[in-house]
Amino acid sequence: MNRFAELLDRLAYEPGRNNKLRLITGYFREVPDPDRGYALAALTGALSFKHAKAGLIRDLIASRTDPVLFELSYDYVGDLSETVALMWPKSPEIAHNNPPPPTLTEVVTTLRTLAKAELPAQLMRWLDELDETGRWALLKLVTGAMRIGVSARLAKTAAAALGDKDPHDVELIWPGLAPPYGELFAWLEGRADKPVNRNPAPFRPVMLAHAIEESDFANLDASDFVAEWKWDGIRIQAVSGKGDDDKIVTRLYSRTGEDVTGSFPDLTPSLRLPGAIDGELLVLREGRVQSFNVLQQRLNRKNVTPKLIKDYPIHLRAYDLLSDGETDLRELPFEQRRAKLETFIAELDDDRIDLSAQIPFATWDALTSARADPAGAGAGEDADAVEGVMLKRRDSAYLPGRPKGQWWKWKRDPHVIDAVLMYAQRGHGKRSSYYSDYTFGVWTAGENGDQLVPVGKAYFGFTDEELLQIDRFVRRNTTEKFGPVRHVTHEPDKGLVLEVAFEGLARSSRHKSGVAMRFPRISRLRWDKPPAEADRLETLERMLKSETTITPAEPATS
Amino acid sequence: MRPQDILMPVPAGLYCKPGGFHIDPVRPVDRAVITHGHSDHARPGHGHVLATQETLDMMRLRYGDNFACSTQTIAYAETVKLGDVTVSCHPAGHVLGSAQMAVTCKDICIVASGDYKDAHDPTCTPFEVVPCDVFITEATFGLPVFRHGDTADEVKKLLASVALFPERAHLVGAYSLGKAQRVIKLIRQAGYDAPIYLHGAMEKITHYYQSRGIDLGELRPVKGVRKADLAGTITLAPPSATSDVWTRRFPDPVTAFASGWMRVRARARQRGVELPLVISDHADWDGLIATIGATGAGEIWVTHGQEDALVHWCQTQGLTARPLALVGYGDEEEEETLPPGESAEA
Repeated sequence: MNRFAELLDRLAYEPGRNNKLRLITGYFREVPDPDRGYALAALTGALSFKHAKAGLIRDLIASRTDPVLFELSYDYVGDLSETVALMWPKSPEIAHNNPPPPTLTEVVTTLRTLAKAELPAQLMRWLDELDETGRWALLKLVTGAMRIGVSARLAKTAAAALGDKDPHDVELIWPGLAPPYGELFAWLEGRADKPVNRNPAPFRPVMLAHAIEESDFANLDASDFVAEWKWDGIRIQAVSGKGDDDKIVTRLYSRTGEDVTGSFPDLTPSLRLPGAIDGELLVLREGRVQSFNVLQQRLNRKNVTPKLIKDYPIHLRAYDLLSDGETDLRELPFEQRRAKLETFIAELDDDRIDLSAQIPFATWDALTSARADPAGAGAGEDADAVEGVMLKRRDSAYLPGRPKGQWWKWKRDPHVIDAVLMYAQRGHGKRSSYYSDYTFGVWTAGENGDQLVPVGKAYFGFTDEELLQIDRFVRRNTTEKFGPVRHVTHEPDKGLVLEVAFEGLARSSRHKSGVAMRFPRISRLRWDKPPAEADRLETLERMLKSETTITPAEPATS
Repeated sequence: MRPQDILMPVPAGLYCKPGGFHIDPVRPVDRAVITHGHSDHARPGHGHVLATQETLDMMRLRYGDNFACSTQTIAYAETVKLGDVTVSCHPAGHVLGSAQMAVTCKDICIVASGDYKDAHDPTCTPFEVVPCDVFITEATFGLPVFRHGDTADEVKKLLASVALFPERAHLVGAYSLGKAQRVIKLIRQAGYDAPIYLHGAMEKITHYYQSRGIDLGELRPVKGVRKADLAGTITLAPPSATSDVWTRRFPDPVTAFASGWMRVRARARQRGVELPLVISDHADWDGLIATIGATGAGEIWVTHGQEDALVHWCQTQGLTARPLALVGYGDEEEEETLPPGESAEA
């Protein structure tokens, strides 16, 4: 447990992805089975213990410490698990006997079988046996609130690196594996063959597109490509296969291979034929595709309630067919896969699943007009949910990753506003000494005339050279400092105007301005523009009116 | 005579009326008794200063030869008479030359401990318990969440990170008086014998430590070293420099910070610290309460820090305790700002 705790501790402070990977891979290399397997399970979110709640932890600490000292400490530290871990007083008996701390395996296997009534005493014993970092990791583990900035994908990538394997290969066999993943590590260390994926509905690594640039078109022949709308939803892989008992097993995977089947019980019955569809999840109401903002209400919910399902009916728009029954189609050219997809969707004949329409075009000019006016070019009333255009080579095989020259995405032009830099914060890792996170605002009428109201934050979009320029500006124009945040001069005649590009707007009660931007980034520095001439909040509100036709329903309650 | 007739808090600091002096005054006074060289305790501009040789030397290094009109040295275990009181000096274990000042008047003994720690420190004389009637204690880490473990383990963490990331530079933020030299010494004791690099603001005081016979191995100024040559090295710098433009001279630096505050994650994150090292020059919670008990004092006065919790604890132990509410002392790490001109190019 202590070695695992050390890993979590280090990960919690490490901002860089590559460094996180090295820390995790280093751990896998050093720690034997089955401990490392349970660590992988913890990092990928494959473990959950239902009985351990914050209230229980509070009771434990109350039984051991002075309540005044606990409250003062909790107030100072601000995190329950951490406060308890730091101030836990060992029982004198334990301090004398000095029993060895539990291993991660002991903790996981014990918690799985322990009755609820036995939990408090067991946790106390462990808290006595572990050091502070160990206690902290234990409490994070049992309450399930890790928050150390490691995704399941990252943990699997770190495992793959142990055996110099492609993370996609790990992703492929993952659904057939279970903690503590002995088979997986044996394969990664070259001691055994690759585990066979017995999953009847396995994930296949997703094919992605490159963003196209103006200059690319000169080298591309329009007749080599077909075009489709790029829908603003969630990319999904819907796979059905026959299980051992000949029953259909259906799984839904995110583009990184995470199993999200549980979130969409309303879609799975529609996928009754064996095959693997690559498509987009959308919310449709009365046949109309809803904006991404509406879809978002349906995502990341712990409880998928009947109300949620009714208010946000989910729909699958099919782009591609990766397997038809048992037959793998990925080597075929796109055109042939498309023909098979059309037959497959027709056979399914289900309201919840349809084909992604193609855009007829003969020249790049024709496609340019279609992209500029999706409503007039076939997207009709759904045009608002179109994010741009996808170009696919007619002869492209379905290749994992982002192969060159096969698929292109050509997004609609982003919205652009001029905003004023208000606050700046230092970045992390390589940017740790640079002010690289920017809060920007637009003008609105206030009690004492016009004032700036923050409308968003951006931390990319600029070049390295521009970063240096902004950093210098921030350092020379700081009016106040709050911890890591600098308050930057923003007067009508003094300050820095940033051109901010973004993909969409949503109403937000969490932001003072009432709006939240999607995917904001700095597109240009407007040294030439005085802050007084930056945009106004009214401009954003007008955009909002034209974007959102339906106010998001209240969050579903359980 | 009551204890508060001997020592009382006034705006300038702790005032001893029968002795005619202030302890660690925060504004200029005629006669000052100074516990140690940190800038919130040792300030320039007093008429007469009584302190250990090391503390006087450090004040001279920091403030120049005219930091006071006259000075007087007191050694550990030495007693001097000042007015109607006697003052004796005892090691506080905080930094080189740090002292507790025991003030005795008639039959009452009050110990002003300044900043202190009872933990091991190879760069200064160990803390000594002084039996007394009233013990004046700091409370920088006066909450039971502050328990500082073995410093050797923390240094091991640093060296493991250096081994794991040989292409990156490791920057260790450490207060330039005391903490930095202790960290260097601990790194040496862990067996690391490569040159250690220093930020310019560290050089003077570190060389002073070396001149007092503390072996710190080979030290080099970081100024002028090529970026690529700093891969795999360790550099000590004042905490404020580790988030400054100064760090741009290092290849993909790992930011470490040696401080007792590093026990609390939020404190480390706020500072953008990637490798927190819990190494403190103040007593932790266990150290505070053990020391209070060992002095045998029936009355405890608590100065700067987390007074509430420590006063509460004393009261649960049946001790008379009160906060002194002195203004102007704090965690020296939070206070340390670089002299102008040193931040970018030192």
